Formats: sequence, structure tokens, C-alpha cells
Amino acid sequence: MGINREHLGREYRSPQPYEVTRGKIREFAEAIGDPDPVCFDSDSARAAGYGDVVAPPTFPVIMGMEGMSQAVVDPELRLDFSRVVHGDQSFEYARPLQAGDVVETVTRITDISALGGNELLTLESEMRTVEGEYVLTARNMLVVRGAAEGAREQDAQEAKGQGSSA
Amino acid sequence: MTATVRYSDVDVGTEIPERVFPVRRIDLVRYAGASGDFNPIHWNERTAKAVGLPDVIAHGMFTMAQAGRLLTEWAGDPGALVEYKVRFSAPVVVPDDDKGAEVTVSGVVKEKLDGNRVRIAVTARSGGAKVLARSTAVVRLA
Repeated sequence: MGINREHLGREYRSPQPYEVTRGKIREFAEAIGDPDPVCFDSDSARAAGYGDVVAPPTFPVIMGMEGMSQAVVDPELRLDFSRVVHGDQSFEYARPLQAGDVVETVTRITDISALGGNELLTLESEMRTVEGEYVLTARNMLVVRGAAEGAREQDAQEAKGQGSSA
Repeated sequence: MTATVRYSDVDVGTEIPERVFPVRRIDLVRYAGASGDFNPIHWNERTAKAVGLPDVIAHGMFTMAQAGRLLTEWAGDPGALVEYKVRFSAPVVVPDDDKGAEVTVSGVVKEKLDGNRVRIAVTARSGGAKVLARSTAVVRLA
């Protein structure tokens, strides 16, 4: 069976707000090899006009993963995570995340489709501070490799259903 | 909060000098921990091959982060990105040796926008394949 098409539009809310910390920004910046002192040192960040250390632009993937994790463990969605590769990713920022931000993420399934034996799942995550300030939107498309066989059956059944109702 | 590159010093066609970033298995393990993405295709050869991949592949987000470094280090501000989108057109295959793989990232200014912003086309290559294609960023300059 492929991804459950009935889950289109389903929302996954972060179980609790994510607190952006200096330590986590440092860990992430080190993991990607970013040497910018604005990511490590509060004084440098303040000198550059920020309130505290600044997260690298792809840092919000951590909160996106939280939303995706809920989708992965949702048995009704039928997503085989070991077959997932990343198709595309985008971010639109109102401002960069900084240490001290406490962020709530709502992740929504915006598209499910099949292409050439693979299945494509598109997720959109909107992130706001607990004070309600909009910070960014992340969108990603996941490719579930070789998962479309079940999906084709499902599509065929749906097409059949549509045919009989028409 | 302010980039060090001036909008007035940049034209359509201005190139961001190419950078080469190494990617070894240890980088992927560290990235898995920092990002929370523990998908075994990024560290377990057996799983990677079972789903039809040639070997362990880098997290797309790790590659996106390296290309992001090219942009933020060029602009001189990790907060300068207004928009950043990539398409993962081929995987970065990371062999289990001390060298690993290399990702070569470059950018070129495609458009000057209002508000001191520029649109940059970003590409990345690894092992002869284009691993980021049709990828762009909007960066706010000084």
C-alpha cells in the first residue's frame, strides 16, 4: 500500500513548543562547519544588531523534523521512512531564528502524488513564536523510493470509484 | 543584521566564488545528531542498498547547509537570507573511507530586486553529478 491519500490536508502540531538555545545553535553550526561568530558568540551577535546568537538558515529543519516525525509514526499515513529521500526544500524567512525564540510548528500535508514508481509527499511547516510572531515557512517534498506500486493500485481503485459514480 | 556586501557593488552576473566542502561519514553522523534526522540511509550502507541507492548518501539538508554557508559567508551575515530553495537533483554518495565525498558549490547573481535584495542561482556538484539544480536564494545586502 502506498501513502494514504486521505491524509491530504492533515496537520501535525508540535507536541510542545521548541526552545531555540545557544547550545543547540552552536551544535548545529558546528555540525555544518559554519564558523560565523554570530552563531556562537552573543557579543558578536549583539554587535551585528541581533538580540542573541543567530541560527544558520537551515536550522529550522530541526522543527520540521519534529513535524515529520509525527507523520512517520502515524501508522495510517503508511510512510516508510527508510525509503524516503529528500526531493526539494524551501524556506521563506520573516527573520532568522535566534537563541531565546520559543517556536510552535504546524506541519501540513499539502500534496501526495506518484511519479515514475516513486511517491511524493509534500509538507509545509509554519513556525511562529509562542507570542504569535510569524518567523518562517518551510516546505519540503519527500520522495518515497519504489513505493508507488501500492499507490497505483490505490489510484486505480479511486479512478474506478470515480468512474462508477460519474 | 547587516550584510557586508553592498547592493551597489553587485550586478547581474556577479559570481560568488566556488567553494569545495568535504563530506565524510563522520560529518553525516554529526549532522544526524544535530538535526534529528536519523534516517538509516545516511549512515547504514545495508539499508541504503536495500532501497536501491549505490551507498550511504548525505542528508540533502547537509548539502543545502553547505550551499547556505557559501551564501551567508559571502554576504557576511547568517541572517541575510530572505528566501532559500533547493531541488535535490542527485544524491551525494559518501563512501566509507577517510576521504568521503566533495561537494562543490557556486552561485551567480541572477536578478537585482528592490529593498537591497538580490536573487542568486545556486548550484552544487558532487562526483560529476549536479546535486543541487534549479536552486535559488534571495539575499538582503547592505
